[in-house]
This record gives sequence, C-alpha cells and structure tokens, in this order.
Amino acid sequence: MAAGVAAWLPFARAAAIGWMPVANLPMPMAPAEKSKRQDELIILNVSGRRFQTWKNTLDRYPDTLLGSSEKEFFYDEETKEYFFDRDPDVFRCVLNFYRTGKLHYPRYECISSYDEELAFFGIIPEIIGDCCYEEYKDRKRENAERLMDDQEDNKDSKQPNVTFRETMWRAFENPHTSTMALVFYYVTGFFIAVSVITNVVETVPCGATPNQKDMPCGERYTVAFFCIDTACVMIFTVEYLMRLFAAPSRYRFMRSVMSIIDVVAILPYYIGLVMTNNEDVSGAFVTLRVFRVFRIFKFSRHSQGLRILGYTLKSCASELGFLLFSLTMAIIIFATVMFYAEKGSTSSKFTSIPASFWYTIVTMTTLGYGDMVPKTIAGKIFGSICSLSGVLVIALPVPVIVSNFSRIYHQNQRADKRRAQKVQKARLARIRISKTGTSRPFLHSKRNGLPNEALDLTGSIEEGNHQGAAISLLESQHHHLLRCLEKTTNHKFVDEHLYEQNCLEGALQSYPSHSPSLSSSGSLTGTCCSRRARKSSHLPNASAPPGPLCGLQELSAVHIQHSDRPPLSTSRSSLNLMPKEVLCKTNCKSSQITAAIISIPTPPGTTPDGDGHTPSSPSSQTTVSSNIVKVSAL
Amino acid sequence: MLTTVWETEGLQTAGIVVIVCASLKLLHLLGIINFSEDSVEDELEMSTVRHRPEGLEQLEAQTKFSRKELQILYRGFKNECPSGVVNEDTFKDIYSQFFPQGDASTYAHFLFNAFDTDHNGSVSFEDFVMGLSILLRGSVQEKLNWAFNLYDINKDGYITKEEMLDIMKSIYDMMGKCTYPILKEETPRQHVEIFFQKMDKNKDGVVTIDEFIDCCQNDENIMRSMQLFENVI
Repeated sequence: MAAGVAAWLPFARAAAIGWMPVANLPMPMAPAEKSKRQDELIILNVSGRRFQTWKNTLDRYPDTLLGSSEKEFFYDEETKEYFFDRDPDVFRCVLNFYRTGKLHYPRYECISSYDEELAFFGIIPEIIGDCCYEEYKDRKRENAERLMDDQEDNKDSKQPNVTFRETMWRAFENPHTSTMALVFYYVTGFFIAVSVITNVVETVPCGATPNQKDMPCGERYTVAFFCIDTACVMIFTVEYLMRLFAAPSRYRFMRSVMSIIDVVAILPYYIGLVMTNNEDVSGAFVTLRVFRVFRIFKFSRHSQGLRILGYTLKSCASELGFLLFSLTMAIIIFATVMFYAEKGSTSSKFTSIPASFWYTIVTMTTLGYGDMVPKTIAGKIFGSICSLSGVLVIALPVPVIVSNFSRIYHQNQRADKRRAQKVQKARLARIRISKTGTSRPFLHSKRNGLPNEALDLTGSIEEGNHQGAAISLLESQHHHLLRCLEKTTNHKFVDEHLYEQNCLEGALQSYPSHSPSLSSSGSLTGTCCSRRARKSSHLPNASAPPGPLCGLQELSAVHIQHSDRPPLSTSRSSLNLMPKEVLCKTNCKSSQITAAIISIPTPPGTTPDGDGHTPSSPSSQTTVSSNIVKVSAL
Repeated sequence: MLTTVWETEGLQTAGIVVIVCASLKLLHLLGIINFSEDSVEDELEMSTVRHRPEGLEQLEAQTKFSRKELQILYRGFKNECPSGVVNEDTFKDIYSQFFPQGDASTYAHFLFNAFDTDHNGSVSFEDFVMGLSILLRGSVQEKLNWAFNLYDINKDGYITKEEMLDIMKSIYDMMGKCTYPILKEETPRQHVEIFFQKMDKNKDGVVTIDEFIDCCQNDENIMRSMQLFENVI
C-alpha cells in the first residue's frame, strides 16, 4: 500500500460503520493491537550523519530492510540508535522514499553506487518515480553497454584456441587484430579506389588524334582499362568468397547489406563476360555498367563515419518520409495553383500540371533555374509564396537529421526508445503486480485462514497472535476491513481464476440460479464444501434436464474441478460447525472430484442432500467412499 | 478573351486576399494584434487553497480525541493532503486504494458528502476529525445518527428505497466482479428489500430516523458490530 494511505486506514475502518446497519451477518473480530505503542522516534546513524524519523514511517514498507526486523541487526545498544556504515547522501533518497512514497534518482549520483545502496536497503529500483525513471534507465543502459564493451575487449585478447575460420572472420571484421588483416584491409581499400577512379576516368575524353573526333579514354585504351577492371574484380571476388567462407552464419551473411553491395559490384563484369557483343543487348549492358559505381559503397567497411551516416538515414527514415510526403503535398498544391494562374497568359510554359511540377520543385528548393517563369501577376504572387514556403519546408528536417547523426554516434535513438518501451511495460507490470498484491495477500490469508476464522469463533487472541506475527498489523487491519465488507454483502472475494471457473459453470448450468437464496439465507448453509450442497440442491430442481446437456455438464464439471482449489468457506453462524470444518479440510481435496460426481443424476445423488444439512461425519465418509467408487466407474 | 481576363483578375484578387489574411494571421501569431476581447493570458492562476485548522485546544474541546491522537491524525492528514483540505477526487483516490478489486468511487462519493457537513465541496481537517470523533468515540445514538445521515442522500430525513438502492449498489460495487457467489443484478435490490422489511415498521415505504434507531437498537448483531471499531486509533 502507498505510504500516506496507510495513515488513512483508521479512517476507512471507522467509515465501515456505515455498512453495519445494512449487513445481515455479524462482523468478524477486529485484530487486536498487542500493545498500544506510542509513536516513537528512531535515530538512524549513517556514517555519522544522524537521521531521525517516526517508527511508523519506516513501517510503511515492511519488505525492506528498514521496515522489517532486519534493522535490529544494526542496532547499537549503547547509543540507542541504528548504525549503518553506508553513504549518507544516497541514504537521504532512501529515507525520503519512506516519507513521501516516491523514490527519486539524483543525477549527480553514480548509477552503480546507487544500485548498490538500493540493493542493500532492499528496495527494488522499479519503484523509482516517473520523474526520474527515464534518467535512471538511460544511465543504466550506458553503464551496461560500457561493461559489455569492456568484456568484448577482454574477450578478444584472450582466446586460446579458435578455429582458422573464426580468426579469419575476426580479421575481416576488425582489421586491427593482426598485421595480415591490416594489409588485407589496405589492399582492398586501394583496389576499391582504383576501380572507382578507373570508372570515372573511362568517360573523360582523352586527347584526340588529329583525324578522329574526341573519344573517351575508355574507348581509346580499351585493353588497359579492361585489364585494370579484371584485376579489381578478381580481388573483389576473392575477398567475397573468403568472407563467405569465414562467416559464422553464411545465410545471414548473404542477406546482409554489405554482401549485397559486394555482389552487385562484381556482377556486371561477369555478365559482361558472358554476353556477346550483340547489338540489341549492348544497351542493357551499358546500363549494367552503372552498377559498378556501387563499388564506392564498399568503402563503408573502411569508414566508420559512412556507416553512421547510413544508420542515421535509416533511423530518421520517418522524418525523411514525412519530409517527402509534405513536399509532395506542397508541390501538388502549388503546381495546380500555378497552372491555373498561368493558364491565361499566352505562350506560357505551364502547359499542364505535371509540367508545373518542375517549376514548383525548382522554386521550392530555391534553385530557380529560370527556364519556367510566371508572367501573370497572380502567378508571380503564388510563385513567391511557393518559394517562401519551400524554404521553410526544406529547412525543417535538417536539424533533426543532424541531431540524430550526433546522437547515433553514442546511441541509436530509436532502438533504445523501443527497448525502453518494452522495459516500461515490464516495469508497469511489476508495479501493477505489487499493487494488486494488496488483494493477493488477503486472498492468501483467507486460504490459510481457517485457523484465523476459528479464532473469530472462539475469540481466542493467543492463536491469533501466532498467525498475526506473520503479517503486519497494518495488513491485518486492512484484511479485517475487507472481511467486514464481505460480511456486509454476503459475498466473498475470489481471485480471477476462480471467478472465471464460476462463470463457466454458471453459464453451463442453465437453470435459474439459486445462489441469492442460498447466500442471503446465509445462516442456513454451514458446510465448508458448500459446492457440494449447492450442486446437490440444483439437481432436484432440474426437473427434466436434456440428456446431452447433462452429460456435457458432468464432463465439464469434472474438467473444471481438477485444479487444486481451496475450500471455500461461507458464514460461520453456528459454533457446531467446527468439527465438520476440520473434517472438511481433509475431505475437501477429494471432494473436488466428488463434487463433480454428485452432478450425476443418480439416486445416490440424493444422499449428499441429506449430508449437506445434517452434520454427521460418518455418513459423509461413506458418501466420500461411495463417490470414490463412482470416479473409477467414470 | 473576356473570360480569360476575368479569370486572371479573379485569381489576382484571390491572391491578394490570401496574402492579406496570411499577414494578419502572422501578426496575430506574433502577438502584435489581438482579435478577441479576452485577455492573452489565458492561464488561470490556480489559486492554491490553503487551509489551516483551528487550534489544537479548540479541536480537543470539540471532539473526544486526546491531544496526542489529534497530532497523529493531523500528521497523516497533512501528509496526504498538504493543502489542508481534501477534495472529492483525492478522497475517492484514497478510499479506492483500500478496495483494489472493486470500484469504490460511488461509495466514496456518499462518504464524502457525509463528512462534508457544511457542503462546501471539500473536507477540511475539522470536518474529518469531527466525523471520526462521532464514529470512533461517539455514543451508539450518535453513530446511528451518522449512519442514517449517510444513507439519506438528499438529507430530507427519510430514507427511500431509491436512496437505499443507490447506497447498496455502491457497496456492492466495492466488491468488484470477482466474487463468490457471483454478483447478480438483483442482489442489491433483494438486500434493500430485506433491509426495508426489517426497518420500515409502518410500511410507508420510507424509513425515518426514529424507526431506524429503534430497529437498530433492538438488533443484537448491529449493536455488537457498532462497538467493533472502538480502538481504531
């Protein structure tokens, strides 16, 4: 329960008086406080700095060190204070958590020391308030990655026996591991550069011989260029095959971007080799040569910055997409407007809307070639609006891309936020579990609660103490409040599991349910295995159940009650139920199956009727045994 | 020819209109001119209600709590509501924490009205402590009086079946839906019927304060449960 809310528990209990006149049943006894303790001040000495607080403040969280009896280990008899040899600055945050119910993370604090302190005091970091949680998670992630990097470095240095394949792969990925790898790295880099330069120079017109027109160098020195190209492609092919051999997962390697670039870079050459000098396919061949320029992307293996640029563009894909979309919208709008504005003028270049696209794009990107200009006044007005808005629209995503670039240099923003979202869900789930934990302890204590309810009847406090020691006074008072509510409404709290099972049964049993009559006349039913009584009372009223439906009922009833269910207890209006309850406790396990069997519409089914109302242990025993026989028959 | 001239002129006018509107909007955006009469500062000054309770001595005299108990109560109260008053939402919030399985807001609403004796929409520490004094330290008569006041939603001195049904539904709401036996629609209604059968002596369809107190005093269970929370503080 939250901190301050514990202070309101007395109020909630007092307000429960409002239910009393409405309840039909007597209320359970209140848990007695063992001694009327005055609230006392506790002194906590943390490395010399003294903190003082009320004992009740610390008791709010009984599952932490300070809230439980664990702090007694730190009690100093002479000075009558609790001494902790820990950091007083972090302790301030810890103590504020008890006071306000919110745990804060101070930014100046180192994340690992903070985590250690939290672990020492038994506080889970998930409770950190929303105000500080993002910061905490960011720092934690950075720390974790730093640790991972350190580990990787260590791992690289010490590796006694690895296969040749793995050494090769590591050499490819990280050229600084060995001199051989470095040499290979530089050689491939050199050849990539050579190949790219060759492609460029190929198209430059060389000096022409007097009697021939200007020819590009490629056609003049065909053989030389062909030799250089062959050499480069051979190197690239060898490199690609070696990478393919060394890759730990060949399939994944083949799907990766870099290998696709490699393949695209060398494929045109081989296709060119295969194809003959056929006139009709030479056009396609020329197109293929364009792909040779992709060799320049192979440089991205060599340059960290290029990779980061690639990641940046990938990560701000949505911003780029939005930019493109908004630009398209603006272009269409302005092109349409310009077209209709310029329609009137003679010899206008704006012949159609798609023709106006060109003008719009050139204007919006502030290029302004001048090949298309508006002549009418309206056209000029709209043209100026177009160029002004173009500046704004283009300038907007640039800072985003820049900031992403710098951020990706440290972390990938998008992937981290997604991971944080997942953790957020897990964290919310944990907090929800701990919150619904307030209902769980109540239901748990009800299951173990037969001794507790026994003490209600006999009114003996001593046994209650034995049970109550396990749960704090606060908890027991809260449970008492919930029990009062149960008594007022004559319904019991159950958890979702049981509720769903009940729903299932309720849906199957299409007879008018008799639960209100049973529940409102709570003083009549006294068996702890009320399930038995309830089912048996349904049968006589089932005048003519359809056969298959009944069969279905039995089967499903058997199926449902297979799980280990706690005995559900109803009211305790009569003291003489005590022995029967004890008996039922041992019986109830088996009665889960027997209760199902009772739904068989056989004459012996009427005997549980009698059992349900007369507390006679021997007859219930025989019923159990006779029903056990029925189990095997089924 | 004429139509094209008209078109161009029309478009020119349209262009000029667009420019004028855009510039006006820009100026309005920059805050240089204002169109409407209301002020630019729309942000309400959320006046923080601060309430200081009466002195300890006065409260001691008015309620049946000792000084120490009042101190403890006030500390808890102030911790949860630093402004000194509880408004209905905070009240519902706090009360709901005790009943995680159901919806305690309706009952909390009735409870709030019962505590807010001067009906000003907020419960101050005095209201809180007075209410608690009646509930925990008051005589049985006073407690029954308070309960009657709680049930009588419109405070007209009679509990009608509708009022009782509202209260009953709100109590059953607190149970939530995961109950055994499963809550049916008519359960609160039946409970109200039982209540009226017991309480309404002259069968006129309403329960007056005298009928209520008489009936409760004659009922063993109710009397016993009224004493239940004697030592809560």
